[in-house]
Amino acid sequence: MPRRYLYIWFRYLATDRMAKISPGLRDKPFLLYAPEHGRMVVKASSRSLERDGVSPGMVVADVRAILPSVEVFPDDPVAEEKLLRNLGEWCLRYSPVVAIDSPDGLILDISGCPHLWGGELPYLQSITARFRKGGYDVRAAIADTVGTAWAVAHYGKAEMIIESGNQTEALSQLPPAALRLDTGTLQRMEKLGFRQIGQFIGIPRQNLRRRFGEAMLVRQEQALGIMPEPLTPVQPAPVYLERLPCLEPIRTASGIGIALKRLLEALCSRFFSEGKGMRTGVFKGYRVDGETVQISVGTNRASRNVAHLFKLFELKVPELEPALGIELFTLEATLVEDVSETQEALWSTATRDQAAVSELLDNIAGKVGVQSICRYLPQEYHWPESSVKEVRSLDEQPETEWRTDRPRPIHLLPEPEPVEVMVVLPDYPPMHFRYKGEVVRVVRADGPERIEQEWWLQSGPPRDYYRVEDERGARYWLFRLGLYGSRKPQWFLHGFFV
Amino acid sequence: MNELAEKKAIIRSLKEEILSVEGFGTGPDSRMLDFGLGPLNIAFPGGAFPVGAIHELISSTEACAAAANGFVAGLLSTLMKNGGVCLWVSTGRKLFAPALKFFGAEPHRVIFIDVKREKEALWVMEQGLKCNSLAAVVAELRDISFAESRRLQLAVETSKVTGFLHRQRPRTENTLACVSRWKIRPLASRAGELPGVGFPCMEVELVKIRNGRPGIWQFEWKNGAFKVVADRSRMVEKPPLTQKQRHYA
Repeated sequence: MPRRYLYIWFRYLATDRMAKISPGLRDKPFLLYAPEHGRMVVKASSRSLERDGVSPGMVVADVRAILPSVEVFPDDPVAEEKLLRNLGEWCLRYSPVVAIDSPDGLILDISGCPHLWGGELPYLQSITARFRKGGYDVRAAIADTVGTAWAVAHYGKAEMIIESGNQTEALSQLPPAALRLDTGTLQRMEKLGFRQIGQFIGIPRQNLRRRFGEAMLVRQEQALGIMPEPLTPVQPAPVYLERLPCLEPIRTASGIGIALKRLLEALCSRFFSEGKGMRTGVFKGYRVDGETVQISVGTNRASRNVAHLFKLFELKVPELEPALGIELFTLEATLVEDVSETQEALWSTATRDQAAVSELLDNIAGKVGVQSICRYLPQEYHWPESSVKEVRSLDEQPETEWRTDRPRPIHLLPEPEPVEVMVVLPDYPPMHFRYKGEVVRVVRADGPERIEQEWWLQSGPPRDYYRVEDERGARYWLFRLGLYGSRKPQWFLHGFFV
Repeated sequence: MNELAEKKAIIRSLKEEILSVEGFGTGPDSRMLDFGLGPLNIAFPGGAFPVGAIHELISSTEACAAAANGFVAGLLSTLMKNGGVCLWVSTGRKLFAPALKFFGAEPHRVIFIDVKREKEALWVMEQGLKCNSLAAVVAELRDISFAESRRLQLAVETSKVTGFLHRQRPRTENTLACVSRWKIRPLASRAGELPGVGFPCMEVELVKIRNGRPGIWQFEWKNGAFKVVADRSRMVEKPPLTQKQRHYA
């Protein structure tokens, strides 16, 4: 049985996307632009604008001169790519093999699918009607090869379904551009007077190769079905969702708890078989009155422990308002990660201990927020504030040793506080300084330890750090910003030693 | 003779029981940790630093707070020696993590939790104390009531985690259910005639210790261990406490 392919061409993908975002634009003239060689060039124009002769490649300033009322928006190719991908995933309802043809097409391998819709014609009509209803202008064609389907979708006049084996006849009336050739080859064909594919489709291969190169032959043979054309099908992300409909609406906390437990058990058994774990999850309740209530949790490590996940959700169950009752519960793992069974003993304690600590942290994060939990790792910077980096994960280990060759204070003020000092000589530690309205007399001092600015990050004067001790035994970390000379340097208190 | 030995064994077991009723963790490992506190050990009931209990530290100035954290860091190094993890809860933390390394504790094995309100800090501390996979829990906060401290003590009694409650400039020095109360003050370092600042030096005052003997000692942190400054230490000799006073101590 020959393979059958369906090609869907989104003629106005970019502008249809804009029109869907702001429905007021639907029938208005507007265009999308992007900078190119220092000019703003039209990337896509709406249907009404295209009737006025504006096409991609024109300069925005020219279009504005012709049509002052035109609205312009920046082009967003990334969003278009994403939209096309979403549309491709949606098309999985029509065929299990869907490939994306950037920038504006979808290829469906429909072998063995159309009979479910009662034949190829109702199938094609169903797809185009659904897309038109959704606000997308599409042209779709069915043929034995991707190349022919592409050609007919783009340049076909009447018949959009090409019978099996009829590629040559279907292509012969179409222009050479329908073979997906590059601009150089097309110009050469134009020069030679080839206006239709039928004019050169019978010419022997070697003559064509000498004139137009190998690439043109590949395209032609792909369209005719002599050469295979590989597809990269869209892989939809697996959805981790469990549903629990209830016979009677649930109104009590204990009832919600039972529902939650059942859903978690079902989901976690799936995680066990696939070697995955939940990082974030949403528990939703669909109420009798049509409202939806939901709670969500996050974990520090991918988890598939029913008791632990239940505990995390349980903290938030009181936030769910059942009102007249909840008739359907769903539990979805929105972020799923692999759980490696042999996680290294990174903390050099038993794995059980590590799991207990990470579960404790999940509990704490649920109450006070994940942003309030952190650990510190050494960083290779001399500047005291940047000598440590904050990390949130439990597994990360220090890449370098903690340094103990220079004294560092046990208390570091978040911001250095300016102090007034009395200094006998430049480069000497201060005699006394005033901190919070109190005069501190310095008895002993160490230093200076000069820390230069990290010139690749910021520029400025260096800091000279002194460790000083007062007569009561308190030890401080002071620094002088800058050098004595042209300007008077400033002194700061930065920390306290034991 | 045999009878006497039997009696002694009974008395020893009764003493252990009393200690555990008083809230001292008398697990099998509590004797094995040596904090290097030397003569301070005689102040504790049983002659060893009580682990599996909550210790309260009070500091009145910022320099005292730094000294107290240094003292705690020195104790943590022993508690975390066999790869344990420590939880450091605080409201308005100033602790600079790399400094823990100077006191022998691995800074990357300390998990910091910074919360805004003291109620949250207490909740986190209680959760931490209930988790027996932790080596220690340190909380820096200002005020705590007797009832709240009793909850913490109850959590500790089952899990045997050591807790430190560091109170900076509390409004009142109210009685708590903790086994001890400490006041740590910085001392001038003993560099002698040499120029510069010497080793960290502190005065450790054990204000209260349940069923023990309070006193004042002076320590220096030198070569990765506490070292008693011999010529300055003194024990506060107090008349033996009556049963009632002991109950509230």
